[in-house]
Amino acid sequence: MAPLLDALLLQAGYNAALVAVGAALLGFAAGASGTFLFLRKRALVSDAVAHATLPGIALAFIVMVAMGGDGRSLVGLLAGSAITAWIGLLAIEAIVRHTRLAEDTAIGAVLGVFFGLGVVLLTVVQVMGSGRQAGLEGFLLGSTAGMLFQDAVIIALGGAVAVGLTWVFRRPMLLVAFDADYAAATGHDLRRIDLAMMGLVLAVTVIGLKLVGLILIVALLIIPPVTARFWTDRAMSMIWISGAMGALSGYLGAALSASAPALPTGPIIVLVAAGLFTASLLVAPGRGVLATLIRHRRFQHRVHRRQGLLALAAHHPIREGYTLRLLAREGLVRADGVATETGRAQAAKIARDERRWQVAREIHQDAGLTGRYDGLTPIEQVFTADEIAEFDRRLGPPKAVGAT
Amino acid sequence: MARGPAATPNPTVAARDGMVLPAAGPGTGTPLAVRGLTVSYGENPAVFSVDADFPPAAMSAIVGPNGAGKSTFLKASLGVIPRLAGEVDVFGKPVEQARARIAYVPQRASVDWDFPTTVIDVVKMGLYREVGLLGRLSGARSTRAMRCLDRVGMADFAHRQIGQLSGGQQQRVFLARALAQDADLYLLDEPFAGVDAATERAIIDVLRDLKAEGRAIVAVHHDLSTVPAYFDHVFLINVRRIAEGPVATTFTPETLQATYGGRLAATHLDELAITGGA
Repeated sequence: MAPLLDALLLQAGYNAALVAVGAALLGFAAGASGTFLFLRKRALVSDAVAHATLPGIALAFIVMVAMGGDGRSLVGLLAGSAITAWIGLLAIEAIVRHTRLAEDTAIGAVLGVFFGLGVVLLTVVQVMGSGRQAGLEGFLLGSTAGMLFQDAVIIALGGAVAVGLTWVFRRPMLLVAFDADYAAATGHDLRRIDLAMMGLVLAVTVIGLKLVGLILIVALLIIPPVTARFWTDRAMSMIWISGAMGALSGYLGAALSASAPALPTGPIIVLVAAGLFTASLLVAPGRGVLATLIRHRRFQHRVHRRQGLLALAAHHPIREGYTLRLLAREGLVRADGVATETGRAQAAKIARDERRWQVAREIHQDAGLTGRYDGLTPIEQVFTADEIAEFDRRLGPPKAVGAT
Repeated sequence: MARGPAATPNPTVAARDGMVLPAAGPGTGTPLAVRGLTVSYGENPAVFSVDADFPPAAMSAIVGPNGAGKSTFLKASLGVIPRLAGEVDVFGKPVEQARARIAYVPQRASVDWDFPTTVIDVVKMGLYREVGLLGRLSGARSTRAMRCLDRVGMADFAHRQIGQLSGGQQQRVFLARALAQDADLYLLDEPFAGVDAATERAIIDVLRDLKAEGRAIVAVHHDLSTVPAYFDHVFLINVRRIAEGPVATTFTPETLQATYGGRLAATHLDELAITGGA
């Protein structure tokens, strides 16, 4: 436990602290800019784009060596990766626009071809004299061993720009994700907005290559927004919640991987993100599995209670065990299924409310009010006392249950 | 080829004439003038060489059978889907330059209603064009969005998640968003499809108010029985333009027969003729 605590408190050495901070920043940028990617349902495009960085990395290395450098300049490698990733993105666009192939096919084709080319070029680099030590394969799954202060600065700057641009373009991106036809009708250029969104994602992918690697970066772009969706019903809040989830994943993941030797950072970060997702899936209020289950049970309870009381009011026998147990637990019926005093009163009330609702629907034909009728919401929550009195006037005097 | 009674022999000439007309001042000009509009998926035209002129301060219906290209016509006019050919002028200007004066209400089935957004936020989308990327949406603009929501009777629902709305309520929210645009031309795609009677009344009331304010309304409409009651002007389409004009003179059994072919029962036509004449 102590090593983990040290790592969490940034006390596990300079490199570990640098990685933790860098991973948190990257997580925030990926989560925030991944929000609209998720809402636009284009997660897999980013996966193809990420894989299309590989040939760029290898080519940049070859070019830099040919020009007399040692080829390991991070900025140079990232620039190369951005170029081929952009080409990959345009290739997907072009395939979808100019052929009858669907986007998933285009994604598959581009991902496979670019990644394959990248692996071939990586082999070429391996046989070059200076290539063996380049460590380019670290970009596949990320590597933190030699992380420099400069690398963290690149992540911080690039991430800040990506988050800033996400904020600036939040409205057009939201509009296109929600209602593309309306966006086009109001004069938004869908293609440019989509390219801008993918450009942001591409930037985050590139700055995350070193830390998380090109294979897993898509997870960091997508899992935090999906997690955030459980906690909010507003897209604009999703940006920040998703960023926070990403940052938390990055920080915890980096700390975990620093707490024991030979734990790979990128994959651990992704697993932590997946853990946050699973926890949210289970316990989030509103959309979480538990909340849904509880809501469903409560609903079922209300339906059965109403059915049971209506049956009592109408002197129909109740055969359903769940209903009987429920009414018995509330003291509304005796164990033999005969209504108690309270049960009869409640039954009379619910039968009366049914009739009140009938009158209400005749008087208030506006769906805004009577639309709330589900037989389960108490009538007192929808109408005021004087309105209910008016319904009663129209209904006439109450009839006691049991009186024939 | 052109069997429609009012087909223009050479739409390109008409289009050019429309363009050459001296620029009218804002507020004048036909709200929506379409010349030679053709939309095609592959080799099969969905809309072929259609001309149309929708009048100001009136409610116009676009009517035709399923697959006749009604929605396609509307979307292509707006540039939502690409045109193969054709010119579209809005108040005397090419549609691309008149966006600020157009409000569009898409079919409500065209979006994912589980999207994370609230009712009021959808209405505010109608203000995005006006406020730009970073303009404030709070304060006076927020009040305006709320008023639009109130006009469609949905003010109490402002902060609901849109997934909780009924079909009619969804349609009202879309109308409120269009109202927020404060446009001069309202284009609606099947605004009454699958909505409850109360919503239909609420929508028609709002549209009549818009008309009374001098705005033009063009709606794709599928319910023939309500055309005479709701609309002033009718445009009948079945891939090609069939007929266009005031409902009183154009919405007749003959033009409907021409639009729907054998698909409309004779009894239905008689019924409509009676309603139309009344």
